[in-house]
Amino acid sequence: MKKVIMGNHALSWGAQLSRAQVIAAYPITPQTQVVELLSEMCASGELNAKFIKVESEHSAMAACIGASLAGARTFTATSAQGLTLMHELLHWASGGRMPVVMGNINRAMAPGWSIWTDQNDSLSQRDTGWIQFYCASNQEVLDTVIQAFKVSEALLIPSMVILDAFALSHTYEVVDIPDQTTVDDYLPPFNPPVRLTPSEPHAFGGLTSPEHYFELRYKLQKDMEKVPALIEETGREYERLFGRYLGQVEDYRCDDAELILVSSGTAGYTARVAVDELRDAGIKAGNLRIKLFRPFPFERVRHILGQAKKVAVVDRNISYGHHGIFYQEVKSALYGHDSHIPVFGFITGLGGRDVTPETFKEIAEAALARDKADEDIIWIGVKR
Amino acid sequence: MKGEAPKQELEQNQEHEKLAREKERGRKEREEREKSEEWRVRKEKENRETKEGKQETSDKKEKKMKLSLPPEELMGSGHLACQGCGATLAMRYVLKALGQKTALCIPACCWSVIDGPFPYSSLDVPIFHCAFETAAASAAGLKAGLEMVGDTETTVVAWAGDGGTFDIGIQALSGAAERNDDILYICYDNEAYMNTGIQRSSATPYGAWTTTTPVKHFKKRPKKDIDAIMAAHRIPYLATASIGYPEDLYKKAKKAKEVKGTRFLHIYAPCPSGWKSRPEDTVKLARMVVQNCIFPLYEVEFGEKYTINIRPREKKPIDDYLRLQGRFHHLTEEHIRMMQEEVDRNWERLLRRAEAS
Repeated sequence: MKKVIMGNHALSWGAQLSRAQVIAAYPITPQTQVVELLSEMCASGELNAKFIKVESEHSAMAACIGASLAGARTFTATSAQGLTLMHELLHWASGGRMPVVMGNINRAMAPGWSIWTDQNDSLSQRDTGWIQFYCASNQEVLDTVIQAFKVSEALLIPSMVILDAFALSHTYEVVDIPDQTTVDDYLPPFNPPVRLTPSEPHAFGGLTSPEHYFELRYKLQKDMEKVPALIEETGREYERLFGRYLGQVEDYRCDDAELILVSSGTAGYTARVAVDELRDAGIKAGNLRIKLFRPFPFERVRHILGQAKKVAVVDRNISYGHHGIFYQEVKSALYGHDSHIPVFGFITGLGGRDVTPETFKEIAEAALARDKADEDIIWIGVKR
Repeated sequence: MKGEAPKQELEQNQEHEKLAREKERGRKEREEREKSEEWRVRKEKENRETKEGKQETSDKKEKKMKLSLPPEELMGSGHLACQGCGATLAMRYVLKALGQKTALCIPACCWSVIDGPFPYSSLDVPIFHCAFETAAASAAGLKAGLEMVGDTETTVVAWAGDGGTFDIGIQALSGAAERNDDILYICYDNEAYMNTGIQRSSATPYGAWTTTTPVKHFKKRPKKDIDAIMAAHRIPYLATASIGYPEDLYKKAKKAKEVKGTRFLHIYAPCPSGWKSRPEDTVKLARMVVQNCIFPLYEVEFGEKYTINIRPREKKPIDDYLRLQGRFHHLTEEHIRMMQEEVDRNWERLLRRAEAS
């Protein structure tokens, strides 16, 4: 069934098709339509779930964690201030191995108040132990929610499905809504190996001495390392059932590319337009859109970028006192792997300023004009 | 709990086994006693008197309150509480009332340590150690999750200290209460942040010393009236209780278990380490505080129907109670007079509310 739906509703549809059992959420612009539609789905009985309308995002995540511990499939959605309010509990969910799936609408952090997109909200949750997917279309949002549940529940690691404020959250696109029965085959009910129940009383998350804590974190990392392979496996399975492959990255005209643009989110699709125009002008450009940010898809990134002569990483975020966050990641992926490709770091589009094909062409020109990456940040579109 | 146990632990285990044997013998003896003719006659007489609804003064009633609690224990020995800890008694009595089908959400508080470190637990019910400010929200989520996986029977309890309830957890608690989430929220109140080493909370009473309200700047604001706040949420059941009155506490926990929606139980639990009182005075203090009306025992249904459970025949002055606690030793006669006046005002207000309902 094909429907024209907004990005936020793609999250709601993903949660419904995944048969989420407990939803706890708090409204925040630009996420509200996610929970509005889910409320309707629960009220109409289309979705058999308990929806706890909590008084804060902090409680939303707390309730999801509690429900997950009981063995229920849980979903929530938030954005920016809401996500950062949850920060403590993001650690709790991953540390406690609760496979909560959450939609996050990328919105710039206040102050000054902004409701427009950039990635600093979710990227500042980088080290919380969550899997992070950055989506570029409504179809990808819906499909990724279903895949995220499958990956998260297999490894007991929570997932964040991320989309840009307005550029995707409020943009209507044609989306193929998968058939429920096939989704049920792909994603069987959540059945955790351990759950909280009075018939087998355990204490979860109690005081853990230095004798044991270290190993718990080691195990989390070891399972995190299994994510890329599992994404490939579940992505191929998804392709067999629904005709759409869900991978870690998406490369566009990279095979013979001399300059590869690295992007994420909706900018990753904008970049493809720029690549076509650059190709028309005789420049061998390609685009690598990074979808999976945590764990970082080292192998895929190294493999694709290894063929290029220059790499330009485009960040809609910043780590103050350092530089663009994807830029750090890409450099660290290439370091020590016989790669002497110059990697340039660009920062653009903070706080929702438009990122257009022109932006990418300006970036490409700047990269082509330089031989050495001796600047940490090349700013694009900033008024100075 | 597997592996080689050190010698000391073995000895402890032997000690525990000995205690368990003694407990079992005690139970058998009691059962024997209960079979006896004399016991049967006495019981029948008691039942008759209750049925006849014999009018008595409340004080006499209190003396007669000899209902024994069930012998089954869901709290084992080997917990890590300080000597004379009121919070452990609170847990023990509450679990006797709630039974095996109970799940606890315990945020940061003394009990997150008392229960024992991983992989140990001194309780025979499951525990979710949750974030400090999330007891109510975690419990609400846990309850929803259990119901969705087919368990509709388990009583989900948020078990928090006064800091986790009056202060950092009040937002989540208020949210759950307003939604009337089906949880039993229990606050064991030892009137300060005891787990971190005696810092003032908004449950700390006027006049008290803590490490953050030193003698020269002792606490100048009264204790927050959390029960009035919870009553204002119109929740179906709210009660205060004291570990000095186990039967009353047991009955309230039992009653709370049967109510659907948000229930709030506020249990007074002295802390010798933090109050600078003698461990052997814990129960005494927990009775005095009711007798002098600093902490009256009452119930509120739907925010309106007030029932006072214990009305002291003679309201005791607060002096003796204060004298047993080092945290009040710096107070002058004038301070104590002011505190007494406030206790009197609060008690009068409660009487008026009970009368009005």
